Amino acid sequence: MKIKRESKAWYYYYFRSLNGIVGFAILALLFIGALVALFHATPFDPVAQDINVMLKPPSIHHIFGTDQFGRDIFSRVLDGVRRSLAVSLLSVAIASIVGSTLGVVGGYFGTFLDTMVTRMSDVFFAFPAILMALAIVSSLGHSWLDTAIAIGIVYTPIFVRVSRGPVLSLKETDYVKSGRVLGFSTPRIMAKHLLPNVMPIVLVQIALSLSWAILTESGLSFLGLGTQAPDASLGLMVSEAQSLAAFAWWTLAGPSLALIFAVVSLNLVGDGLRDSLDPTRRSI
Amino acid sequence: MLRVASSRLRSKLISVCTTLFGISIFVFVVLRVIPGDAITSSFGQDTSNLTPQTIKALKSYYGIDKPLLLQYFNWLKGFLTGNLGFAFHTGTPVTTLTASSFPVTLELALFASIIGVTLGTLMGIYSASQPGGRRDFFGQIFGLFALAVPSFVLSTLIVAVSANKFRYFPNGFEYAKPWQNLSLNLQQMMYPSIVLGIAVAAPVMRTARSSFIETQEKDFVRTAIGKGVDERRVRFVHVLRNSLNPIVTMTGIQFGYLLGGAVIVEQIFSLPGMGRQILDGIMKREYATVQSSVMIVAISFVFINLLTDLIYRKVDPRIRQNED
Repeated sequence: MKIKRESKAWYYYYFRSLNGIVGFAILALLFIGALVALFHATPFDPVAQDINVMLKPPSIHHIFGTDQFGRDIFSRVLDGVRRSLAVSLLSVAIASIVGSTLGVVGGYFGTFLDTMVTRMSDVFFAFPAILMALAIVSSLGHSWLDTAIAIGIVYTPIFVRVSRGPVLSLKETDYVKSGRVLGFSTPRIMAKHLLPNVMPIVLVQIALSLSWAILTESGLSFLGLGTQAPDASLGLMVSEAQSLAAFAWWTLAGPSLALIFAVVSLNLVGDGLRDSLDPTRRSI
Repeated sequence: MLRVASSRLRSKLISVCTTLFGISIFVFVVLRVIPGDAITSSFGQDTSNLTPQTIKALKSYYGIDKPLLLQYFNWLKGFLTGNLGFAFHTGTPVTTLTASSFPVTLELALFASIIGVTLGTLMGIYSASQPGGRRDFFGQIFGLFALAVPSFVLSTLIVAVSANKFRYFPNGFEYAKPWQNLSLNLQQMMYPSIVLGIAVAAPVMRTARSSFIETQEKDFVRTAIGKGVDERRVRFVHVLRNSLNPIVTMTGIQFGYLLGGAVIVEQIFSLPGMGRQILDGIMKREYATVQSSVMIVAISFVFINLLTDLIYRKVDPRIRQNED
């Protein structure tokens, strides 16, 4: 008799949670918007000025309205989303790859290297991330790549911490020990026995870090330290809306809503991933 | 027991000192990598017109003509003896600057934490009173949005509505110290504390919620309810008291972040606190200002963490018990 396998893939559980579905849907929309901007398919040129339609409220033509230079806010928001996503994806890619490698290797070998790695991350944790990002951005420069590197450096220690913890207990488990006894090479143990167990935690952390990275990126450009005008960036648009929002609410609404939706969706995705990847938290 | 505590404290202090030492080196290195220095930042385009002699004289004036290692140790020596360096732009010692900006940040952080912890804990209790139910849904939505609305968006909204619609914007006036004009000072603190308070409330609410839910399922709670203790009393006395630990930890972390991380909010509401001092220093390449200010933020951050640890022990006797 063949016993039917009961367990299902994690994404089966992911799409059973409301959080996961809503988060995924919003995120997918944002990605489509970013792709539209990437291929220059926005309804208007994000930086093209039109003095005939300055500060017009939302209409069928300009669905998010126009700003003080007559630029289409919807197109600018899409372009801003593209930039935000690009910066946060790259920075989190840097942080997660470097951070979890250091964490896994440090945790597994646990010698001088480990002490160095943990000490370094203690240093990073001892003052606010935004200050660190500010300092690094001002030393690197203001292009999107510089911003991404700065944010990546800032969030690396989180991944070190998140991946090192489980490795410390995993390396004492019987199956890792027996792997060593069987003569498996260290890279093999790391890749096949440690990594799959660390991956779920890292994935959740990636979703959450993406949302923080978006907030940090927009915060930096709000302060004038990220994307420079006239290029569109959500933080910069909010900063420009400061003096306009009182009589032209749509200048603030467009970029703010995009930011809020991005952060909300990534948090929901993070929650959904956490619940679906951890078998003990699965409901039903 | 005392010996255990003191040896723990000692090892903690040693690790704190190495961390702070690491920070000082890191900040020093990052700052020196910044292209341009105090000279280019004060002369701008005219720097190229300066003669080599002038540049040399200026460099020695700003103290940046010496080898890097020497610069670092000079700064460290000064810092440890209470001389935080000199801010050339304002022509005042950094010690003076910090003495006026640190209390501002501390006041703001205090107000914001009070708002954040109260709001977060209450929302946590509200949410946890019906896990998975309607209250929980609203509570979680609140937590999510408090987390997702960036502080600068909320600030901009407040500025737009209050200043431009209602013509009320206390932060438009020059900053008033509490002992000069308490009423104006409190008004100036109001908006930034609310904005930061909401930002603090989100993680506090999430922590509080899960901590409450965990405690609620304990036997002693069931016993209390079974004995007929008033439900509100169970919630606010029995459950709250036993779930305080994670809330205290989270509050400590958030308070620490507020001491230096309020850069954007301080900037928008023109509060002359530590965040703005550091931002100014970075923009103007004032090495001494940035270095000393970041160190002070880091020291207070670490100190707050130690304090949290102590409160933690006070709040929860079980931790003391386990260590002995």
